[in-house]
Amino acid sequence: METAQIVSLLIQTSYFVAAVLLILGIKRMSSPVTARSGIQWAGVGVLIAVIATFFHSEVPGHVLIENAALIFIAIAASTAIAWIWGKKVAMTDMPQMVALYNGMGGGSAAAIGAAALLGAATQTHFEHHLTTTQTLLAVIGALIGSISMTGSIIAWAKLDGRMDKTFRFGGQKLVNGACFLAALLIGLYCVWHLETQWIVLFFALALLFGVLMTLPIGGADMPVVISLYNAFTGLAVAFEGYVQGNIALIIAGTVVGAAGTLLTRLMAKAMNRSIANVLFSNFGAGGGGSQDIKGSLKPIEADDAASLLYMADNVIIVPGYGMAVAQAQHKIWELSKNLIERGKSVKFAIHPVAGRMPGHMNVLLAEAGVPYDLIADMDDINPEFPNCDVAIVIGANDVVNPVAKTDKSSPIYGMPILDVANAKQIIVIKRGKGTGFAGIENALFYQDNCRMLYADGQAAANGLIAGLKAVDGGGGH
Amino acid sequence: MIDGFLALYLFMLAAFTGHEIISRVPVILHTPLMSGSNFVHGIVLVGAMIALGEATTWWQQLIGFVGVFLGAGNAAGGYVVTERMLEMFKSSKKPAAAGESK
Repeated sequence: METAQIVSLLIQTSYFVAAVLLILGIKRMSSPVTARSGIQWAGVGVLIAVIATFFHSEVPGHVLIENAALIFIAIAASTAIAWIWGKKVAMTDMPQMVALYNGMGGGSAAAIGAAALLGAATQTHFEHHLTTTQTLLAVIGALIGSISMTGSIIAWAKLDGRMDKTFRFGGQKLVNGACFLAALLIGLYCVWHLETQWIVLFFALALLFGVLMTLPIGGADMPVVISLYNAFTGLAVAFEGYVQGNIALIIAGTVVGAAGTLLTRLMAKAMNRSIANVLFSNFGAGGGGSQDIKGSLKPIEADDAASLLYMADNVIIVPGYGMAVAQAQHKIWELSKNLIERGKSVKFAIHPVAGRMPGHMNVLLAEAGVPYDLIADMDDINPEFPNCDVAIVIGANDVVNPVAKTDKSSPIYGMPILDVANAKQIIVIKRGKGTGFAGIENALFYQDNCRMLYADGQAAANGLIAGLKAVDGGGGH
Repeated sequence: MIDGFLALYLFMLAAFTGHEIISRVPVILHTPLMSGSNFVHGIVLVGAMIALGEATTWWQQLIGFVGVFLGAGNAAGGYVVTERMLEMFKSSKKPAAAGESK
């Protein structure tokens, strides 16, 4: 065998090993016991594939050693930035970071498509003449990848609070539909007529559509959308993998595409929404708008709230994203320990989409050191609310809004909620009077047995701890 | 080059694999798993490297460079973020065990 053949064989073997490691990695990540080793296995897989690619016959280049240098610079710069940023970012901001990195993957897939299509259009390298199937998949992959990139960036900007939560104008659906159709038709035209100007127009429209598609989607639906774009990027990678004849890309991309689609459906189900509903209905717009809520908001001071807690036997804490933003989970756990010391039963009730994504709140509470056996899922805890003396709602809003059960015109109607409304006494810790992520009023806050403790999450927890100590003289008994 | 039908079988089998391996995943792992699968498609970096390696004109180099830059960000960022989340799961076991034993 010639050296070139041996090198080629080694590269193919590396790709095969990488594909196996990636699949095993995802498999391991689907169980809490092996999850951590899963990401490491997958990491080794990608690393092997990347190193092997440096020896790919085309990479040192027939003419341009320059390209190898460019590859090295791009990888080094990007890895450094992404690595440092990923290390620094707060746990609460994880969802938007996933969105951002996912968008980058989509963009990368789109760039592969662009290079292949434009390369074929200008006929700069004849040896890479594309078949019709390859061109078609390059176009579809580029379309999906472009949508995933700009869509994910919008999702990131929204979750990161850099952009107004929703953006709508008259005839938006029509404009969006026209934009998608135009991108698709021009893309298909390009399959048989590879002309530079049309290809450029196709990419412009595809990128624009990603923005347009994501703009009207409300913040509460973002996790589902990010998961969907994750599946999109997977598919785009698989298609561009076919264009390049790279089996590792095809396998990894398709696996993520399928797993991501399933995950998207599971998330949508947890929120009682269909994926079509998320994408095409204007969630969070305030919907019917005309909600008549009787009663008033009744404020309470921390000392009085502490007395209520002191007299309670069963306490359920309902944490939401707002608690995590205020970094109050440690203080809340301290408060809980104070309550447990005084012989009270304390439980944490977790809504399936508490935090920003399913499971996000569990991660945040685990970070604060809350034991697993105190954390209860929605279905387990809901029957316990009628026996609950005091329910503390901190930073949660939409997931405890009884309107979801009673008001058919409400945009969150049908979403499963925690039945906090059934508790004997409710204390809501909230920074101000604003509405939740879905932008609607919360009927729970107006209930007769509900008191509003207006404070920052940490300050409120401190106040309650101090209040408890004041009631019984600090020592406890 | 991969033959059309062979590719179709490949897509089909890989899709079933993806579906199967996460079909019984607990809710608490949804976020880390999504993040993890986000990392897995970071393998796109390999494709972008080949695209840049093949580049012969300045604009091909530009597109390739952007592709490699984005792909590397996907892989590196995706890895760090997932690793950090899963690290938390490991540390949560100790307090849980303490809670049970008390």
